[in-house]
Amino acid sequence: MAEQDISARLVELLTARGELLASAWVEAVSRTLRGRISLAELDRELHDLYTALVAGIREGGSDWQGEAYAEVRALLSELSRGRARQGFTPTETATSVLACKDILAPTADTPAEDIHAYLQLSKLVDSLALFTLEVYAKTREEIISAQAEQLMELSTPVVKLWDGVVAVPLVGTLDSARTQVVMEKLLQALVDINADQAIIDITGVPAVDTEVAQHLLKTVVAARLMGAECIISGIRPQIAQTIVALGIQFGDIVTKASLADALKHALRNSSTDLSINGGQA
Amino acid sequence: MSGLPPVPGTEHQTITIESNDDVVRARQLVRGLAQRCKLSLVDQTKLVTAASELARNTLVYGGGGVMRLGLVQRDGRTGVTAVFEDSGPGIPDIDQAMTDGWTSGGGLGLGLSGARRLVDDFTLETEVGSGTQIAVTKWAR
Repeated sequence: MAEQDISARLVELLTARGELLASAWVEAVSRTLRGRISLAELDRELHDLYTALVAGIREGGSDWQGEAYAEVRALLSELSRGRARQGFTPTETATSVLACKDILAPTADTPAEDIHAYLQLSKLVDSLALFTLEVYAKTREEIISAQAEQLMELSTPVVKLWDGVVAVPLVGTLDSARTQVVMEKLLQALVDINADQAIIDITGVPAVDTEVAQHLLKTVVAARLMGAECIISGIRPQIAQTIVALGIQFGDIVTKASLADALKHALRNSSTDLSINGGQA
Repeated sequence: MSGLPPVPGTEHQTITIESNDDVVRARQLVRGLAQRCKLSLVDQTKLVTAASELARNTLVYGGGGVMRLGLVQRDGRTGVTAVFEDSGPGIPDIDQAMTDGWTSGGGLGLGLSGARRLVDDFTLETEVGSGTQIAVTKWAR
């Protein structure tokens, strides 16, 4: 049997009891999703898909990558992205598409030509399910990279400690990408707050190796170019000993054991008038 | 591994170093094992920092490789050993590479020489064109 004939027969089968089959599909999928999507929404989603699928087979046969299937692919992408965002598993997402096969599942008394039609549908739906999963995986990757970016923004706050004094408490691993963010935010804060003292606190940085040190040094140099004085605080005993063993030179950069010491130093250095604290102003 | 008998009942783990995330993971593994071996906080930090330097060297200069990590014993003492292996270009001049401040990349030039000062045992085997293997050990006191 020629492929066009199979496709034609498949379209016939799918349109003859169209409403019934589409409903069976919705029914099958809704069981796997256990009410996490409203039935009305699912019904609309799959009916649209069903209509597009029948149109696709009629126009383009089994060539699911062709022009005729453009709408099917668009609908599947939308479905897949929605599922990925709502936290459905890959299995649940793929099942939504694969369940479409079952509605035409042949029985013992199915005529041979209908079985051919079913096999074609089966192959087609498999390809479409794989396409759906690909979109699903891509969406998840997008979500992850967006979260990583958000985390990077969140994890490097620049806080104003006093008039003219800003601090960056660093927590965790300091790599090139992170240092870039820290540097940008710190330099911007120096301008915005009109600060001339910056404190970089590394209490939360577990290990200072040469790369971290190099990043810190660059940030300090950049801040100095803008006329601000930089203090590195939070140097714990084990970090100090490691830095000495490594042979890293911090040169004339002021370093302090605690943030409090650094703040004291910054206030003494800055032009800030502290007399309000004395109560005699 | 480095010719020393492993501590009975402990397994050596191997991880690949192919990206910056692997360097972070290597560091965490070393820290975990150093804590289990009851190294002092200073020694833990030193070993972790040395591992961080060597893992990054493996990645940047060796083009990626593996780290093997485990507990070893000598004269009744327990230590943590990490072996970094790559099949990169090798080091043509070891003396130069071990000099403070010399770098073939854009670093501070302290990674390799600093790492040697941070650990108790340090062995370096390299062959130009076929790769480098560096083993470091820190003993519990």
